[in-house]
Amino acid sequence: MTTRVFSSGIRRREDPRLITGRAAYTDDIKLPGMAHAAILRSVYAHAAIKSVDASAAASQPGVLAVFTGKDTEGVLNGLPCAWLIPGSDLKTPAHPAIATDKVRYVGDALAVVVAESRYQAEDALEHIEVEYEPLDVVINPKAAAQDGAPQLHEDAPSNLAFTWAVAGGDTDAAFADAAVTVSDTINLQRLIANPMEPRSAIAQWVGATGELTLWNTTQNPHIARFLSSVVTGVPEHKIRVIAPEVGGGFGSKIPYYPDEAIVSFCSMKLGIPVKWTETRSENYQITTQGRDHVEEVEMAADADGKIIGLRTTIYAGLGGYLSTASPGVPTILHGLMYSGSYDIPNISGTVYGVFNNGAPVDAYRGAGRPEATTLIERLVDLLAAKLGIDPVEVRRKNLIPKFENGHDVATGITYDSGDYEATLDACLRAADYTALRAEQEQARNDGRCVGIGVSTYVEICGLGPSQVAGAVGFQGGLWESAIVRFHPTGKVNVMVGSSPHGQGEETTFAQIVAEEVGVDVDDVAVIHGDTALTPMGWGTYGSRTTAVSGAAVALATRKIKEKSKALAAHLLEAATEDIEYADGRFFVRGAPDQHKTIQDIALMANVAWDMPEGMEPGLEASAFYDPPNFTYPFGAHLAMVEVDTTTGQISLTRYHAVDDCGVQINPMIVEGQVHGGVVQGVGPVLWEGAVYDDDGQLLTGSMQDYALPRADLLPDIDVQSNSTPSPHHPLGVKGVGEAGTIASTPTVYNAVMDALRPFGITRIDMPLTPEKVWRAIQDARNGG
Amino acid sequence: MSVLVSITINGRPYSAEVEPRQLLVHFIRENAGLTGTKVGCDTSQCGSCTVHLDGVAAKACTVLTAQASGSEVTTIEGLSDGVDLHPLQEAFWNNHGLQCGFCTPGMIMAVEEFLRNNPSPTREQIRHALEGNICRCTGYQNIVKAVEDAAGSMGGG
Repeated sequence: MTTRVFSSGIRRREDPRLITGRAAYTDDIKLPGMAHAAILRSVYAHAAIKSVDASAAASQPGVLAVFTGKDTEGVLNGLPCAWLIPGSDLKTPAHPAIATDKVRYVGDALAVVVAESRYQAEDALEHIEVEYEPLDVVINPKAAAQDGAPQLHEDAPSNLAFTWAVAGGDTDAAFADAAVTVSDTINLQRLIANPMEPRSAIAQWVGATGELTLWNTTQNPHIARFLSSVVTGVPEHKIRVIAPEVGGGFGSKIPYYPDEAIVSFCSMKLGIPVKWTETRSENYQITTQGRDHVEEVEMAADADGKIIGLRTTIYAGLGGYLSTASPGVPTILHGLMYSGSYDIPNISGTVYGVFNNGAPVDAYRGAGRPEATTLIERLVDLLAAKLGIDPVEVRRKNLIPKFENGHDVATGITYDSGDYEATLDACLRAADYTALRAEQEQARNDGRCVGIGVSTYVEICGLGPSQVAGAVGFQGGLWESAIVRFHPTGKVNVMVGSSPHGQGEETTFAQIVAEEVGVDVDDVAVIHGDTALTPMGWGTYGSRTTAVSGAAVALATRKIKEKSKALAAHLLEAATEDIEYADGRFFVRGAPDQHKTIQDIALMANVAWDMPEGMEPGLEASAFYDPPNFTYPFGAHLAMVEVDTTTGQISLTRYHAVDDCGVQINPMIVEGQVHGGVVQGVGPVLWEGAVYDDDGQLLTGSMQDYALPRADLLPDIDVQSNSTPSPHHPLGVKGVGEAGTIASTPTVYNAVMDALRPFGITRIDMPLTPEKVWRAIQDARNGG
Repeated sequence: MSVLVSITINGRPYSAEVEPRQLLVHFIRENAGLTGTKVGCDTSQCGSCTVHLDGVAAKACTVLTAQASGSEVTTIEGLSDGVDLHPLQEAFWNNHGLQCGFCTPGMIMAVEEFLRNNPSPTREQIRHALEGNICRCTGYQNIVKAVEDAAGSMGGG
């Protein structure tokens, strides 16, 4: 019998269906009588809508119906924003599923065609006439916040959705006292999440019962049901949301989108199932993007390099409308993390949330934390350069010393546990930092341009205590629940409210149950992603699924164990307190031969022939886990790059990651999360960026134009780990989904700037394309 | 207007009247009901739709159904019976070469052809061979490892 299943890199339960092409994603589902929707989208980034004439489209072959904003107005409610950050004068302008009077980004929906086939639906779109009156456009978030900028929403002057501030200590005094200050302006460009599976939704309305079923590419089916109810008016208990196989999300499948509301409306009007699946081009135009920060930042230090203050002004682009969680991303998930791994006594930041004429911006892997870590780690490198100290030494001077049970930082949060210097040391050892610096020196002597970048990070994960969620305006809870059900044969189903989509929790959760009560991992099947089959949960994002949902699985399994002990005591004619448990067996203390296996217990509990007085039949338990605090994983990463100074081409030659995500349940999965996360953070430094022109047209509108990381552009990534258990978590788990992305952006950026130091170059806007790097080198050589 | 096509997919013949503009990937998914082949982009970059067309890896979003008439197509569902796995499927599983799994069928079909032509590739050759297939989850590292592993177990390596 398998018992020690923690820290075991067992193969994933979910893989057989995926590697054989037998898994069903939303677009793979075909319902009887299903029609197909195609959505007409604005070609202007900002325009008044004079008229939408769909009459010619309605008579096209195969077309069943055409609807415009006039049809949905008053029937569908507006899309709600679900993170109403307090104390920020937040504006929540109307966000109709289909625009009626104005469009605010290229891709804003104007009409929908429902036809017998997708080809027919798309053909018919061309027969809809839209009369636009183009308006001035603004894209850059700082420019959008200036007086006189084109205004997107009447109720948001200067395009300000909110102004949010964080402060701790006396930052002005710190800067006044500083021996040295450094500053920078960092443009963290818009990023497109690019899950390989485009978004899709199928709505099936049954008028006779008033029930709506929505198959949807979502990271959080229970939130989708809740918001679907708000928008469609169908009561929550009559809505079933199914997230079948979901092909990645990275945050972009958190929001409830206009498209989900539109297909629901179509199905409710026509009484047949209606499917919509976005094209990749649509994904680029309409699916929420990430980052879009202009960061004006400065750091103050004493003469020894001890950081005494950090001050930021952030212009965070939000796109044309507020998406589901967008206000919380550049504020709560960003500004509260300004201390990073360092003891910074005085911190103040102001974040302006700004509407601009691009796709809505919401959570994208890391969500606020890469934006924070990048500015901190960049400033630390600038500080090191100014003081002439090795960047590692400056970090060492400022790291928060090891702590096991809570450390308060100036932004008002309390980190759970940490040993930051240990991960830094481990990373330097893994890379052989001293040898690398010697190698760099040699390369420079040989006329080559080589750089090394080091970053540390702390992230906020395991979101989070529901009371805090309420206090920071999140319009929901952040707990998770699980049901663990033993069948008569001793096999187990686990039902969870969270909804993994590539993270492997079908395996991880099975390992938790196996670890707790000694069943074989193969005897546990995890069910998720269907609101009709699973208990309530808030979803998979923020590196929270194993940390929060996994804790609920553990707690439910512990209840099973307690009941099993009592039942074993009854069957063995012993007192419950005399029953011990080891390796899947419940036995009388001192007499291990007198035992019942968990399978024996499961059978008896299910047939209930011989139960103790008052004990309910069945072997099933549910648990709700509301975390007492967030978890704070951390780590240190190092990268080495070489720049070809004649072409500006950058090669990432080495990458070392040391992460501490607490206790690891499946190290193979943890390592895979770090690989993928690191590459997603390298992308924006070297290649990725959504580019809008001055008219708000997306120039990077396809995979041909938006440069995604490819296998041939990357080195092998060395992944190592430490393990500092979270003191408040039932399993000691912290979470790892976003670690790589948070760390790798500043690490690689710092490496390139280190390479370019001999030229006196200290900043180039990301992505560091060959042209930009080449121009910077030319300018430096020409004395610019 | 429509054209009559006959295509053998995974050994089974399919005939249908289709529009001349229909893409092979849609024939495979809609007409034959084989949804293991995925559509991840509309510009032939992602490789999620890779199948074998008369034994050659092809992006099925870039082939018209009519062009494939008379051809033999193999999709991920035809690579093994789904129980006794192909060595590449085993290798992807053993090496955690997938996370969300959406790119995986296309990735495996592309790599199968690559290994037929180059049974003992270097790591660098593998990385180059993957440049027509995009994965957003794995950072490619475990895919490279899986391909190396499969090459070994398939007799190369």
